[in-house]
Amino acid sequence: MSTPVLSVRDLVVEIPTRHGILRPVDHVSYDIHAGEILGVVGESGAGKSMTGNAVIGLLDPPARITVGQILLSGEPVHALKGEKLRRLRGKRMAMIFQDPLTSLNPLLTVGEQLEETILEHMNVSQAEARRRAVAQLEEVGIPAAEARIGSYPHEFSGGMRQRVVIALALCAEPELVIADEPTTALDVSVQAQIIALLKRLCRERGVAVMLVTHDMGVIAEAADRVAVMYAGRLAELGPVREVLTRAHHPYTAGLMASTPLASQGRKRLVQIPGAMPRLGNLPQGCAFHPRCDRAQDVCRRDPGPTLDAYRGRAACWFPLNTEEKAAT
Amino acid sequence: MSALIKVEGLTRVFDVSKPWLNRVIERKPRALLTAVSDVSFEIEENSVYALVGESGSGKSTIGKIMVGLVPPSKGKVEVDGVDLATEKDNAKVEAVRAEIQMIFQDPYASLNPRWRVRNIIAEPVAAKGGDTKGLAEKLLEQVGLSAADASKYPHEFSGGQRQRICIARALASNPKIIVCDEPTSALDVSVQSQVLNLMTDLREELGLTYLFISHDLTVVQHMADKIGVLYLGRLVEEAPRDRLFSAPKHPYTQMLFDAAPRMDAFGREVEPPKGEIPDAINPPPGCAFHPRCPIAIDRCRTERPLMRPIGDTRVACHRAE
Repeated sequence: MSTPVLSVRDLVVEIPTRHGILRPVDHVSYDIHAGEILGVVGESGAGKSMTGNAVIGLLDPPARITVGQILLSGEPVHALKGEKLRRLRGKRMAMIFQDPLTSLNPLLTVGEQLEETILEHMNVSQAEARRRAVAQLEEVGIPAAEARIGSYPHEFSGGMRQRVVIALALCAEPELVIADEPTTALDVSVQAQIIALLKRLCRERGVAVMLVTHDMGVIAEAADRVAVMYAGRLAELGPVREVLTRAHHPYTAGLMASTPLASQGRKRLVQIPGAMPRLGNLPQGCAFHPRCDRAQDVCRRDPGPTLDAYRGRAACWFPLNTEEKAAT
Repeated sequence: MSALIKVEGLTRVFDVSKPWLNRVIERKPRALLTAVSDVSFEIEENSVYALVGESGSGKSTIGKIMVGLVPPSKGKVEVDGVDLATEKDNAKVEAVRAEIQMIFQDPYASLNPRWRVRNIIAEPVAAKGGDTKGLAEKLLEQVGLSAADASKYPHEFSGGQRQRICIARALASNPKIIVCDEPTSALDVSVQSQVLNLMTDLREELGLTYLFISHDLTVVQHMADKIGVLYLGRLVEEAPRDRLFSAPKHPYTQMLFDAAPRMDAFGREVEPPKGEIPDAINPPPGCAFHPRCPIAIDRCRTERPLMRPIGDTRVACHRAE
């Protein structure tokens, strides 16, 4: 197996507060290979964005990585600081945020923003940077790129703005792109366009993509593998079709069943009782056990097997849907 | 069944022009945004009517007109035979108004953070001088919270619980109709299902009628009896739920269905829809959808299609059959 583009090993992010230490990311491990889209799903507060921010070094203090490693193509990057981290960000890994309006500078034209990034990270002339900026805008599907490169962000529609953000992320040819809810602020038809664009760029350029979202439909269509997070821990990790159709973790199964589509024809939706616990108030043992109908004594005592990137699929003592697999 | 709500030729125009002096200096004409354009439909008693559409399609404006937060520019909304915008008899208007309540999208923004939950829930009744003793406690239990929560403040609750409080407040004045504007869009999936189930139960218990506004097709498919699809302020198609999903007639409805992410569509490779919603200040002439429509003909570019029935469906398209 080739070296994965991104390798997260046993990552722990902690936030010291007056009421004790919170762990928004708790012993998380996964890999993303070149040309692969890893979907990260979970409810709000599950730690999915925090994982992405930790990878790219955007944790806001006092949040910090206390344990674990982040390897970018085999090189450890979790301890980089200052200038070294800056040379890496935007060049070898890039981020696409949820709200395209707040991730662009309203006072600079999109051309200036693209050129600045290209000049910063690539050894090219001003004229070449401009040529690349236009080519990049064309590649993400902005019509009349040559004419629009002098426009300001507010002159673009929401979908077009998100395309500009994607162009900005890709213009220094990164190996890894972290997309944090890239389509949540967009309409359905525009969302379909952006997802198709992400998939095409991932395939053509061999970029590794970490797609953070709460929308199971988006995951099903875009991702190759999916990581389900719950209360800071990885609940389940596996190929997307496997996980979504034959979930091993009761939380994944509940999440899938509670979407209106899966409950079609039923009068009431399947519901998971309760809500995700707050980080400061995690139950002992498996964080999901108060909401789980399969919970037994061991679940209340012991947090369950942590999930390693290559062993096991669900961090659960009593996983579902495993019988047939054992037979084959 | 009789129609509880009748919407006829509803139009709402917003003036989004620059100030007068700027218009004179820059020689800019007035800018008028038609948020809702000649929309007509009826909602039957004890049913769920859903409006779907993308942002800017006018679905929230229709909801606001219905509860009286925004007056219509033209056309009318009749509730129980009373036209809220023109009715002169104040007693009648008051009576109808008390029958309509609204649940908003963002439960973090729609509850006053400085009020106790008890006062928030009782306000619709207290404002009319009604008896509010024990009302909040009763309603809290009805929506699945505990009576002790009445003396807490909104920040002590999670998103799903806050939306339950909003529902309790909407129920306080014994309404017949609840306008739900994206009630679950701000909630997580597992909490969304709890809130949707609660709304289904309450509808059966109390015989409520919902106008359900959403952009999420799967939620609409679960909740609605009848669905109206809006595009750029115009109703383009209306049909009973099963019929709309099995046989969408309007090319926009078909596009919307194709574009929606599906959980069984692993690695689906489809051509995404072309273009975006046009500017509502200068909508395209004729059918508003024609620039994006794969089957548009010359007639679509000049003549606005009228709603016409095909079976149970009403559709505004020259080419639908």
